[in-house]
Amino acid sequence: MAHVALADKEQELAHPKTWIGMYVWSQDHKIIGIQYIITATAVGVIALILSGLMRLQLGFPGVFDFIQPDEYYQAVTMHGMIMIVFMLTAFFLGGFGNVLVPLMCGARDMAFPYMNMLSYWVYLLSVIVVCASFFVPEGPTGAGWTLYPPQAITEGTPGADWGIICMTVSLGLFVVAFTMGGLNYVTTAFQARTRGMTLMRMPLSVWGIIMATILGLLAFPALLVSVIMMTLDKTLDTSFFMPAISSLGENLSHEGGSPILFQHLFWFFGHPEVYIVALPAFGIVSDLISTHARKNIFGYRMMVWAIVAIGGLSFIVWAHHMYVSGMNPYFGFFFATTTLIIAVPTAIKVYNWVLTLWRGNIHLTVPMLFAIGFIFTFIHGGITGLFLGNVVVDVPLSDTYFVVGHFHMVMGVSPFLVVFGGIYHWFPLLTGRMLNDAMGKIHFWLTFLGTYAIYLPMHYIGILGVPRRYYANGTTEFLPDSVHAANFSITIAALVVAAAQFLFLINIFWSLFKGRKSPRNPWRATTIEWQTPDYPPKHGNWGKELPVVHRWAYSYSVPGAKEDFIPQNEPPSKYTRGEGEV
Amino acid sequence: MAQSPGNTAIANDVVTDLVSDWSAEKEVFKVHWGKAMMWIFLLSDTFIFTSFLTGYMKVRISSTVPWPNASEIFALSFGGEPIPLILIAIMTFVLITSSGTMALAVNYGYRKDRMKTAVLLFITAGFGLMFVGMQAFEWTKLIVDEGVRPWGNPFGAAQFGASFFMITGFHGAHVSGGVAYLTYVAIGVLNGRYEKKGYDIVEIAGLYWHFVDLVWVFIFAFFYLW
Repeated sequence: MAHVALADKEQELAHPKTWIGMYVWSQDHKIIGIQYIITATAVGVIALILSGLMRLQLGFPGVFDFIQPDEYYQAVTMHGMIMIVFMLTAFFLGGFGNVLVPLMCGARDMAFPYMNMLSYWVYLLSVIVVCASFFVPEGPTGAGWTLYPPQAITEGTPGADWGIICMTVSLGLFVVAFTMGGLNYVTTAFQARTRGMTLMRMPLSVWGIIMATILGLLAFPALLVSVIMMTLDKTLDTSFFMPAISSLGENLSHEGGSPILFQHLFWFFGHPEVYIVALPAFGIVSDLISTHARKNIFGYRMMVWAIVAIGGLSFIVWAHHMYVSGMNPYFGFFFATTTLIIAVPTAIKVYNWVLTLWRGNIHLTVPMLFAIGFIFTFIHGGITGLFLGNVVVDVPLSDTYFVVGHFHMVMGVSPFLVVFGGIYHWFPLLTGRMLNDAMGKIHFWLTFLGTYAIYLPMHYIGILGVPRRYYANGTTEFLPDSVHAANFSITIAALVVAAAQFLFLINIFWSLFKGRKSPRNPWRATTIEWQTPDYPPKHGNWGKELPVVHRWAYSYSVPGAKEDFIPQNEPPSKYTRGEGEV
Repeated sequence: MAQSPGNTAIANDVVTDLVSDWSAEKEVFKVHWGKAMMWIFLLSDTFIFTSFLTGYMKVRISSTVPWPNASEIFALSFGGEPIPLILIAIMTFVLITSSGTMALAVNYGYRKDRMKTAVLLFITAGFGLMFVGMQAFEWTKLIVDEGVRPWGNPFGAAQFGASFFMITGFHGAHVSGGVAYLTYVAIGVLNGRYEKKGYDIVEIAGLYWHFVDLVWVFIFAFFYLW
């Protein structure tokens, strides 16, 4: 039998009639995306509150009795793991990936909607398990988000009995959930595009999301294996990661394991993980900048290849997290080299964003503000990354607040700004209403300036030598008074930024019911998710006929054209020859 | 004049085909989407087994205690004479044979010969069950008779038992999952569930099954022969 492409046949979609079938056990990619977004936001709020607790302790040492060292370490650990895995990864790939990939590729749904639905429910289960660790005896694990053994599973670390098992089990479940979702995102973008949609006409959002998904599919296995081994070390007394060790005056039964093995496995996942949250942000921000500057993205092909190159390189740099781990020092040379090479494709992307803005017709809408804010924070975090990629600079800066400032800038704040920008941009598509502009602008300026008030001083105190993860600095001799003043002011800024996020949530709820009705295609964008017959799009997305794509996603301000944008699915005319056509 | 294409011409064709596939609309690979999805999944699964095996090699190399001699531990005695690795040899033979019946099932599936396809699928699943059964026997022997435990064993490095149970257990779970998958597909074939959708599903299940076999070859080489 001849092979038929998915775009050429009627895809069988489940069309339930009940409310529960449509909105709870839904197989519609948009509903699943929204489910992911709501869940990820909820855990994000938990992680935000945990960071507030940490800052209260650091800004006002000893004032708050309910934050003891154990609670502090638990807050550090859970804040990190929840934000990176359960919030950002789930939000970008489960949330934006689900909503955008089928719509932007012109598919009716994901390739395998049933498995897509399972993906969300397993993800929810993993979230429940990780949150359950707050209620088990001794509370969640306090091992730091990297969960390094031996301390993660040794008596004396908070949550070394139950908390760590909740964490490893929940990570295992997350990997399963991600794999089921991720297979869908990649397969849909590869195999379910509509007529005329070539890979080189796909919006960069889709490129970023699918490349990040591929990274996830290849990197999460290492995490799965490391948490399985760690669970066995904990529950069955195996010795994969545990050397002969004496703890609290007692010789443990472990012998001959290798703690460095865990670090290698963990960072083989952990470094691509940085790009799992960065690449979708790169893609989305490219689309935001192009749309709101009314100008085609500069160097589209190079942008695509840069995403691919960064993705590939991200697998051979992991040990730059391990310069002080005691591994063979010769490794440092190799990994420093590969790390610094990543700066090349990354710089291509940054220059292209700036060149897209150059002489553009810039509309300072809220999504655009967040996109431009991202360029600033990303350059900032990227450049400190060059410092830390060098072995000789990294060794003295290891485990100081310089590192904390660096990675919060580059993979905390930057992706979050894009998450916000994306929400302001696509909220009308999903709800038919606009978010409030005034609240949005307050949210942007408080967040953007606030993050600088938080993280710039961290670089400074890091260079002075303040170690990260310390519960209190006490009266350490070598620390000047300015460190304590900086910690105080960082805490104040952090609380203000946290409050601004609640303003954002208020904006969402308010606009959901009272927001201005959105016109069709409010941003006058070219991409086809805005050109659906129903607005907002219904299940199945495209009504009777799939759209036919005639050009790339960036036909803005074409000379001579009627309007300053030409949708991807508009039939050719004399103005549209040769723009990115293959 | 008819001319047979030289090596360069064939290589050029491959490149041209690759380029035209990747620059095409609708889809990159001219195959059923399920097949593409299975290939991507298997790539991901490869990374899982690679991580397991790499971790195993690392703990084996860095172990401070001698590693137990696999050919002695995995020997079976027939009439008082121990034959090294005999059980593993049989298990490997069974699993490789099941790959053959699987390939036949795919062939008959595309010919829409439902009866033969289903029977061959059941046979393949049966071989899978035999494999898992022998593995259960092997585990029982090691645990009950030899006293091998995940946390230690009488022969040497504790990591021997730990990595053995972890890796063969994970692979055994894959085989068991595959048996369930093949049975599901076989019943569907019998019921005519794929008459309209086409019989790609048999090939997709086959991909998974061959992969599980291939992984076994690596486990066999690295665990039993090293």
